[in-house]
Amino acid sequence: MLKISDNQQGSSGGHGIGRYFRPFAGLAVPAGAVVAALAVGAILLGVFGANPLTGYRELFTGAFGGPDELAATALKSIPLMLVGVGICIAFRTGVINIGGEGQIIMGAILATLVALALPDVPRPVLVPLVMIAGGIGGGIWGAIPGALKAYSGVNEILSTIMMNIIAGFFMSFLLEDWLIEPGAIRIQQTKRLSHNADLPILPGGTRLHLGIVVALIVAILGYLLLFRSSLGMRLRAVGHNPHASRAAGMKVELSITQALAFSGACAGIAGAVLVFGSESHRLIGEGGPLAFTQSAGFNGIVTALFGGLHPLFTVLSSYLFGGMLAGGISLQRAVQVPQALVIALNGVVVVFVVGSLKLRTRVQRWAEGDIQMEDRA
Amino acid sequence: MSDFFTVAIITATLASGIRLAVPFLLAALGEAVGQRAGVLNLGVEGVMLIGAFAAYYTALESGSAAFGLLMGLVVGMVMGLIYAFITVVMHAEQGISGIGIYLFGLGFTDLLFQKQVGTPKPISGLQTKPFNWLADDTGRAGELLFSHTILTYVAFLLVPVIYFLITRTTFGLNVRAVGENPQAADTLGVSVNGIRTAAIVIGNTMAGLAGAALALEIGIFQQNLTAGRGFIAIALVYFGAWRPVGVMAGSLLFGIVSSTVLQLQVQDVISGSVASIANMAPAVLTVIVLVVVSRRIGQPAALTRPFTRDS
Repeated sequence: MLKISDNQQGSSGGHGIGRYFRPFAGLAVPAGAVVAALAVGAILLGVFGANPLTGYRELFTGAFGGPDELAATALKSIPLMLVGVGICIAFRTGVINIGGEGQIIMGAILATLVALALPDVPRPVLVPLVMIAGGIGGGIWGAIPGALKAYSGVNEILSTIMMNIIAGFFMSFLLEDWLIEPGAIRIQQTKRLSHNADLPILPGGTRLHLGIVVALIVAILGYLLLFRSSLGMRLRAVGHNPHASRAAGMKVELSITQALAFSGACAGIAGAVLVFGSESHRLIGEGGPLAFTQSAGFNGIVTALFGGLHPLFTVLSSYLFGGMLAGGISLQRAVQVPQALVIALNGVVVVFVVGSLKLRTRVQRWAEGDIQMEDRA
Repeated sequence: MSDFFTVAIITATLASGIRLAVPFLLAALGEAVGQRAGVLNLGVEGVMLIGAFAAYYTALESGSAAFGLLMGLVVGMVMGLIYAFITVVMHAEQGISGIGIYLFGLGFTDLLFQKQVGTPKPISGLQTKPFNWLADDTGRAGELLFSHTILTYVAFLLVPVIYFLITRTTFGLNVRAVGENPQAADTLGVSVNGIRTAAIVIGNTMAGLAGAALALEIGIFQQNLTAGRGFIAIALVYFGAWRPVGVMAGSLLFGIVSSTVLQLQVQDVISGSVASIANMAPAVLTVIVLVVVSRRIGQPAALTRPFTRDS
């Protein structure tokens, strides 16, 4: 279903002139897609009466212009990395996980409940505990549509979307009643959670916290799982050809359930980071589910696709997209174009990247010498 | 407590449920046409947002709700052509490119709203109520059936129209053929990509109209106005097993559940937290229906599969 960067691996030899830049050929098309998306953005900036060059310069300096900017970009990229790594696992197993939003929320809820139940556990224990709780919450929320797909044939795109809706209402249910901060003002949020669960700020004088380390560890584990373990081999085999995998004696149903569970767990950890790495250190439902998740459940799909469904490249692409989110604020300040532009451009990037896959495969095959250009004249 | 159970309030709740069902119905009927042709459009939410903003902004500037409706329809059509190019011509993975359309619609409409409008300004919705003169004389039943705007009647009239289109016309036969077995259809000289493009444009036009209907019903625009309704509309297609009447039943269910929950909350029968649980019910029910449907009724065989001659 989705074979994006597989072509980059197994290929060797080739005799076209393209073999000299073969390693880059696969990257040329997505890079072109980004340039095209930025061009669309430039047109939009121009339409709104802003100088596109000034706009993009502000976006760039706002994202990467100094230590504080680099740290802010890293903070924005953490949920994208975590969700993105999970998306890599699911998509490589041939399962489309649109449920990142709900999995983030359920991870955040379970992590919050653990922090409320065990506020006095010392920090070195409580921080890992709430992260694991986040992973379990998101993992369960992923495993349900996974099992429904595997054992009942329920389309996972639909069920994960429904799981998002259910999770969103579940969060507002909890925050309107059981978990609401005691007091007169009825804002949909918990009280400030235990200090012992705060993600510690990393040294260096920026606001960057331990969440980035968590994200990197999860990305490495995701890579090891997918490409260096027999479990991951089975997942990818199922993604390539479920029928052949079944014929080879693999438990296809189990693999599908596992893939969505792992995928949900990664998103759930992102939920925990969003709670315990936030400046207010509480779960906030005010403004709706999208306000809490910052759309990371959807944007993580963007970064994973852009990272070629490889966990480590997804870290890089998430950092770049984090930069767009962080830089969008400077963009808004400098040229008075709302940062919503960045979300719109993300959408354009997705469309261009998936829209150019046919083209990309063709470029790669050409680079590997499979297609003679003159034949196609 | 017992205040809710008066005939007046129950009638008003059902009538408002019918109105709330309209955006679901329009979007889901359109999506059903596309899916019967083998194309999944996950971008319905984004197209609805764009249609909603177009309708809102046009109505705000021109003062004409009908003109706004027309603009919602037109931008839906344009989005349909774009989506057809992406999926039919470029063979983009349909699920993912739909998410791209969604993100684009979400960001783009928020951007336009902040830049062009800024603060929420109310607009007046459609006032054309063709059967209102009947409502006065026929009591409660009359209020339930005849008090709606023309758009509501159009939406429900589209149920038999789409049914007829899919099951009784050559175009509908071709739509089903390219959705079930594009290779065979191609052999018989049917233009697979042409039929799919037409189906996608129909679907997106209706999604744009659905967004417009929503904006005119609510009377304002804000970021993420649709709040997941487009995604629910896609689920309703599965819920209704790709049949217009089933889609209508699902839309009415979602519409009436939301209006009932809202009314119960307004009447102080239930608290906000209970309302949240009640609002979950249609989604939970949809998952259950999906389990049942997926066992019994297959989706169009070629759904999400791009067509190539040589495969």
